[in-house]
Amino acid sequence: MEPIISFKDFSFTYRTQKNPTLHDINLSIYPGEKVLIVGPSGSGKSTLAHLINGLVPFAYEGKYTGSYSIGGKDPKELGIFGLSNIVGTVLQDTDGQFVGLTVGEDVAFSLENNLISQDEMNKKVNSVCEDVDILPLLSHSPNELSGGQKQRVSMAGVLVSDVDVLLFDEPLANLDPATGKRTIELIDRLNKERKITCLIIEHRIEDALHRDVDRIILIDEGTIKADLSTNEMLSSDLLIKSGIREPLYISAIKHAGLSVTKELGPSNVDTMDLSSFSDKLKEFYSAKAPKVQRTYGEEILNVSDLSFSYDEKSEVLSDINFSIYKGEMLSVVGKNGAGKSTLFSIVCGFLTPTKGLITFNGDDLTKYSIKERGDKIGFVMQNPNHMISKPFVMEEVALGLSVRGVSEEQIKLRCEEVLKICELWPYRNWPINALSYGMKKRVTIASILTMNPEILILDEPTAGQDLARYTEIMEFLKKLNLEQGITIIMITHDMHLMLEYTKRAIVLSDGHIIADKTPAQILTDSAITDKAYLKTTSLHNLALRLGFEDTIAFANRFIQYEEDRKNA
Amino acid sequence: MPKMLSYNNKGTWIHNLCGVTKLVFFLLWTITAMICYDIRVLSVMVVISVIIFIVSKTSFSQVKGVFTFVLVFLCINLFAIFLFAPTHGTELYGTEHVLFTITKKYVVTAEQLFYEAHVFIKYIVIVPSVFTFLVTTNPSEFAASLNRVGIGYKGCYALALALRYIPDVQSDFTKIRNSQAARGIEMSKKASLINRIRHTATIIFPLIFTSMDRIDVISNAMELRCFGKNKKRTWYMGRPLKAADYIVIAATVILSVVALLITFSNGSRFYNPFI
Amino acid sequence: MKTKFGIKEVVATGIGVALFVVLTEIQVPLVIVPNTALQPRMAVLAFLSAVFGPLVGAIVGFLGHALGDALFYGSVWWSWVIPEIFVGVGVGLFVKKFAIKEGGFNGKSIVAFNIVQVIANAVAWIIVAPVLDIVIYAEPSNKVFAQGAFAFLGNAIIVAILGTLLGIGYSKIFAKSGSLEKEDAE
Repeated sequence: MEPIISFKDFSFTYRTQKNPTLHDINLSIYPGEKVLIVGPSGSGKSTLAHLINGLVPFAYEGKYTGSYSIGGKDPKELGIFGLSNIVGTVLQDTDGQFVGLTVGEDVAFSLENNLISQDEMNKKVNSVCEDVDILPLLSHSPNELSGGQKQRVSMAGVLVSDVDVLLFDEPLANLDPATGKRTIELIDRLNKERKITCLIIEHRIEDALHRDVDRIILIDEGTIKADLSTNEMLSSDLLIKSGIREPLYISAIKHAGLSVTKELGPSNVDTMDLSSFSDKLKEFYSAKAPKVQRTYGEEILNVSDLSFSYDEKSEVLSDINFSIYKGEMLSVVGKNGAGKSTLFSIVCGFLTPTKGLITFNGDDLTKYSIKERGDKIGFVMQNPNHMISKPFVMEEVALGLSVRGVSEEQIKLRCEEVLKICELWPYRNWPINALSYGMKKRVTIASILTMNPEILILDEPTAGQDLARYTEIMEFLKKLNLEQGITIIMITHDMHLMLEYTKRAIVLSDGHIIADKTPAQILTDSAITDKAYLKTTSLHNLALRLGFEDTIAFANRFIQYEEDRKNA
Repeated sequence: MPKMLSYNNKGTWIHNLCGVTKLVFFLLWTITAMICYDIRVLSVMVVISVIIFIVSKTSFSQVKGVFTFVLVFLCINLFAIFLFAPTHGTELYGTEHVLFTITKKYVVTAEQLFYEAHVFIKYIVIVPSVFTFLVTTNPSEFAASLNRVGIGYKGCYALALALRYIPDVQSDFTKIRNSQAARGIEMSKKASLINRIRHTATIIFPLIFTSMDRIDVISNAMELRCFGKNKKRTWYMGRPLKAADYIVIAATVILSVVALLITFSNGSRFYNPFI
Repeated sequence: MKTKFGIKEVVATGIGVALFVVLTEIQVPLVIVPNTALQPRMAVLAFLSAVFGPLVGAIVGFLGHALGDALFYGSVWWSWVIPEIFVGVGVGLFVKKFAIKEGGFNGKSIVAFNIVQVIANAVAWIIVAPVLDIVIYAEPSNKVFAQGAFAFLGNAIIVAILGTLLGIGYSKIFAKSGSLEKEDAE
């Protein structure tokens, strides 16, 4: 069979760069395959994706050596429009991809540009929308849709032109876990039913492997490090070496000193042959000391009987009650639109509650302005670019203090202190755009810390980041929490973050708090995870299969082991 | 600040007209109202505007905020006219009927009041038609119908994109403003002028720069789906002009011509009862 | 001079109009005369014109102003919408000179940008807007010229400050980071 995508001795260099971004690429992908492409940030995997859909070299110029073909043809002859009849791309930024005013128009977009008549357009749009389950949404505008629904619209928008290849650029990055699971199921179905070749670029392997893939391609440092079946890849240590997180159950087995081989079928936790591991694993994790619960200080923030609605008709939040204690590090989880952001917008004073009381150290918060609350509670937005308004690190960090009329000298002292805490002191005179994503994030945190807040609220601190950046950001937050005693609240979709770094999680669903427990308790309780669109981790499945009665304790011991190892 | 007006489909025959038809009406109607200084014609136009507003089932609560704002603005403008040119009416109409005197310079004349009454009533003609146009025109269909009447599709799509992304940009703006407010950067009235500009900059910067990134993402997404491939494009939401559209356009043209004929019947656009 | 209206320009126009409309909300009043507040959206118009050229500038100014006023104020004051085209085109004509995207917005080009914007604003607000006001609305001339002068002043000031800063800031993003070195803690 002829490959649908083929690269031979291929290297690529961007016009603006000296060194090749991709080199010595030899790759063949055959029609009907489903391939997972993984690699850390900056590995060159997006360049590879852009070569396949034509953005490189048609939108981002550069030179290549070697040869490549898409759909058996030379991309140079096809051009970006010709390529788009073969490859359909679903971008990570679903808001950017959704250019139509309504679902129907957006799905029809490429048909409109290809001069398809209205009648035919209607037929095609209806049939594709039915297939991906968005037909009832045809006349909806993008702001009436959830992230998962927008992604389905993006899929329909490329499926409508009968493409042979679907290219997914980090499809899970902005979705809650349960929606991500459904996305993976949908991709699987499209691959099987329509025989479409699917390429999934994603570094959340555990979630991406929710359905089997034919093989995994590992890209690192601009070249293909490995091109193996899932079973082979998971039994090697190549992923870890390239800074990619393995599925948790694989880590759990490896931690116990056991070696995973491809014969055991490690690609799926539910079907993997565990017979030879059972006893050793049980022994290993039973011997681990269970997690010691830290004790916390007094109550710092209390929310009681809080409700909120934009209009009288429907409540966005109702009867919210919780307390947060000094020195805690906790997560707030729940599906998109459950009210998480709204809740903390109220705490920060951006929105006014319809009823309820919020106290900070026993003091009624409602009497304070946004600015005054900002001195006590810092809010860090998901996208650092939304916060940075000065070109240089020092200026940005000093901004909050200088508008408060603090003296120059004081500002300098405080900034130095904060920059040192954030390990940004050597970069104090750098332009911010020269910094990496993780460092930018630290700049935004530093600019809040100068105001000495006692609580730090972070919205999706690690969304879309690879393991290295995730670890960098999270270890920094942990240090802030332990060494500076700052209470940290994180709004997140990342189940692993919640399990690894927080001791307590508040679960919101449809404007109500449905659980306020330890992460391990939540992630092993399917009543809660189903309702809140979360997902049980594979640790839970592993523990069940091993016959651990207390799956919570198993999860805790695993986390404890990882923490010990990190600190050692 | 009033809430923005937005399309709301109530399914009346006005909603069902093509966007272009409504644009023709809106343009001719406002231009006629602008040119006309005949209070008799303007009064009839007010009545028609209000009838259309009612027929389109636009509820007053939908536009109340904006309407109040317009009234305040209008009053300030009327006052400014008097302040700068208290004798403008006298000059226009060529006579002077003094009603009362405030100071030597500021004499209130019947002519001045008559002129300012025209300025006022023009707004009362225009405002309901803007409201009706905005809340009854489906933006998707509007872009398509502009293309149909000969405006290049790229320009039409730029307009469609603007309407598509206004809510997104608005939400970015709100987020950025909130987070800056929490850092103490407010655009409150208390700050000095230079500080307010400085604070505005700290909000606009992140907004512009994220928007520039957004431009790149959207251009890529559109190129990947063949935008600009052909000299033309078809429209999913496009709709041919129907009988009702032609009738409305014809009626609009006739009404405007008649209005202007009456207005200019005395050789100038000013109706002058003073001579 | 070739004016390209490719995909990037189409999108820049769309997003530019959206920005212009959204920023209609921010007005810093100078004095209480209608149409004379400091309008940060004018800085955005000048910036976009300087980056994307005259056609994008003209459409952003025209559509943005008409749409913004209609959506927020329920009325469109055409005599103040049309002059925006002059600002957009005026600034946009010299897009090559400013070289904002190439990272060359400094010294000379900043001066050039400001000379051009002051002239463009002067033409738009001191000449075009008042003349249209008189022709279309028969408004008293001393009032509209006073308004025009204020509008010119406000717009020129806001573009000079905010517009220039935006240009410098954005230009820096594209400028080479050069040789940056970590500095030691002292």
